[in-house]
Amino acid sequence: MHLHKKLIEKFLPFIGFIVLFGAIGSINHDFLAPMNILNLFRQVSINALIAFGMTFVILTGGIDLSVGAILALSSALMAGIMLHGCDPIVAIIIASLIGAVFGALNGILVTKGKIAPFIATLATMTIYRGLTMVYTDGNPITGLSDSFWFQVFGRGYLFGLPIPAITVIITFVIAAIILNKTPFGRHIYAIGGNEKASIISGVKVNKIKVMVYAINGLLAALAGSIVVSRLNSAQPTAGTSYELDAIAAVVLGGTSLTGGHGKILGTLIGALIIGTLNNGLNILGVSSFYQLIVKGVVILIAVFIDRRKATS
Amino acid sequence: MKIQLNNIHKKFASNVVLSGVNFELLDGEIHALMGENGAGKSTLMNILTGMFAADDGTIIIDGKTMQFANSQQAEAYGITFIRQELNVWQNLTVLENLFLAKEIHNRIGLLDNQQMKKLANGKLAEIGIQLELDKLVSNCSIGEQQMIEIVKALMTNAKVLIMDEPTSALTEREANVLFQVMQRLKQSGVGMVYISHRMEEIFTHCDRITVMRDGVSVSTSPIADTSFNQVVKEMVGRELSERFPARDARIGDEILKVEGLTGAKFKDISFTLKRGEILGFAGLMGAGRSEIMRAIFGLDPLINGTIKINGQELKINSPSDAIKNGIGFITENRRDEGVILGFSIRDNIAINNMHNYVRSGLIDSKAEDKFILELTDKLLIKMASVNLNVGSLSGGNQQKVVIAKWLGNKPQILIMDEPTRGIDVNAKREIYQLMNELTKAGVAIIMVSSELPEIIGMSDRVAVIHEGTLADILGRENLTQEKIISLAAGEANAFT
Repeated sequence: MHLHKKLIEKFLPFIGFIVLFGAIGSINHDFLAPMNILNLFRQVSINALIAFGMTFVILTGGIDLSVGAILALSSALMAGIMLHGCDPIVAIIIASLIGAVFGALNGILVTKGKIAPFIATLATMTIYRGLTMVYTDGNPITGLSDSFWFQVFGRGYLFGLPIPAITVIITFVIAAIILNKTPFGRHIYAIGGNEKASIISGVKVNKIKVMVYAINGLLAALAGSIVVSRLNSAQPTAGTSYELDAIAAVVLGGTSLTGGHGKILGTLIGALIIGTLNNGLNILGVSSFYQLIVKGVVILIAVFIDRRKATS
Repeated sequence: MKIQLNNIHKKFASNVVLSGVNFELLDGEIHALMGENGAGKSTLMNILTGMFAADDGTIIIDGKTMQFANSQQAEAYGITFIRQELNVWQNLTVLENLFLAKEIHNRIGLLDNQQMKKLANGKLAEIGIQLELDKLVSNCSIGEQQMIEIVKALMTNAKVLIMDEPTSALTEREANVLFQVMQRLKQSGVGMVYISHRMEEIFTHCDRITVMRDGVSVSTSPIADTSFNQVVKEMVGRELSERFPARDARIGDEILKVEGLTGAKFKDISFTLKRGEILGFAGLMGAGRSEIMRAIFGLDPLINGTIKINGQELKINSPSDAIKNGIGFITENRRDEGVILGFSIRDNIAINNMHNYVRSGLIDSKAEDKFILELTDKLLIKMASVNLNVGSLSGGNQQKVVIAKWLGNKPQILIMDEPTRGIDVNAKREIYQLMNELTKAGVAIIMVSSELPEIIGMSDRVAVIHEGTLADILGRENLTQEKIISLAAGEANAFT
């Protein structure tokens, strides 16, 4: 009985996802159409990538509000260098590295600057968004490239799966290996579990935190590249409030906001739950105003169940 | 107030914690409650003060059967439980703490500080305690913070005080103040339950003693009718031949030499440490012993001074520098700086040992389990599996997990700050034995301790620190409690 309960708790996010998926599917069969499922995977991919990075940050006990702005700024810079004739694949790599640098800056503010992550990234969110506006002059950058590889990155399919979904799967596997199988991953959990004990045990806490914020920035920029490829343009307002969906996915996946506890698989399921809600409620014809309310309520229910789990 | 606990039983899930405990407390009695960690002392007191309900048995107070629903009810009735982790607000003043949630206000709802001060000063004078009411608690010593809790309880006319390990964080001097206060309260009729691991205190200050073992009360007797050995025997269920195993390590070459070490809270500290040696560090709480260790380990910056290991001068700027040079550090604060609560035993030990079993960047899980089991076996950690949450272990076993973490790195120098604080007699002895084994294998140990018997029983030499300076280093041949106390209190050369 006890074991039974534990198993249910462990798979709670997954059970929630299946129930939600089944419920929407049984109300409207169009939701389950293969074309729509593939569509859903593609829609989820942007948030999933950002949420993976956010999981790393939250596991250390931090938070990053600047990911949406990093996405916009790196997208704009990527579009900019492409207009100057840069090869699209090289541009994607450069954009991702730029994202990593912006993320690392967050990490340096948090560690060397000793600024609370919430405040540090609130400030950089505003700065990065401002830089995007300055760079783009507030206008979209369009007409980027008709290169096959560039278009495939955001719009193509492989073995019947959207390429962005495949990018998510590859990133997921790498992230899972890092978190579960490497000393770096264990140290991330340890910092979130007890930072003081980690420092005394010789864990290079500052270095690891900077790396974690850099990974977060890198994944936000990678998600940005997918957006640029899908739209064949860079929008100065891209990624606005994406940080909130990412944090929601992490929390829905059962990761503790105080750090130390959580799984990347949970985050993937969390992103799928949010994606299913967005897509499913659209298909059910629920107005986007009500969708916001439903999403908020679902997050509250998830956190409420999580609280009870923690206190029992 | 007379309290009788009769045949108390308590189970948590399937785990039997109490199975038939009898306990009695009279007016003006100091009653010691002893037992190893996990014997059920805290649970019993939690049942008395309403935190848990007993599954079976009765609580009779002044002839009436009582069951409090929570600790507030118990306090209102005059029974206060002062826990080991003090329940004070660091950000508030002494006065604000004393009147928290019982503030006195005037007719328009503003605080009446004059009246509160008058009441507080009256109470302080009555018990004979000095406390600055306007001082921030964060600036108070642990001893003062404890007094705040005691005064707070007495302000609401407590008739029974339950104190859990009250002296574990106190200096000798602070502890003596506490004992004086306890004697005065006793005369005014307050009954006290005194939970402690410290035999000397119990035999000096308590009237009766009840020993618990494995959830039952083994005996209750007047202190004069029992003995140290008798109590230990009842606690562990067998005779402990002696408390400290004989030191038999061979002392080798010098491994550590520090000269003129100066930091924010200590100055001009010089000493040497040899292989196989245990160098004790005695002193009052706040004398700067832990700060010296933190600086050697690279946690706090040094203003001046040199550290040489094996004759080579080193710059240690971070714990990882210290670890690279073969230093391990078990801090005094197990829950805050030692274990990661909520993590498994495995993950706790693995944190600084993964380099031993990482293959091409990835953790080899099989090798990890083997590595960790070797350490937990060596340290006799009692557990069902390495996957268990470290928080589910007793204090003694948690401490062994912290030690295991360091042994994996095969340190040459192990700094142990209060290595046996808050753990039971049996686990203490196991840790002493382990220290002996380590020194036999050539490891040098620095042991900071506030327990003088431990300092005298285990150290080959003792450095005594007084207000941030080194008062003296004593050899094993002329170690006495009196000498250490007077040096620690700043009475230099009082006995020479």
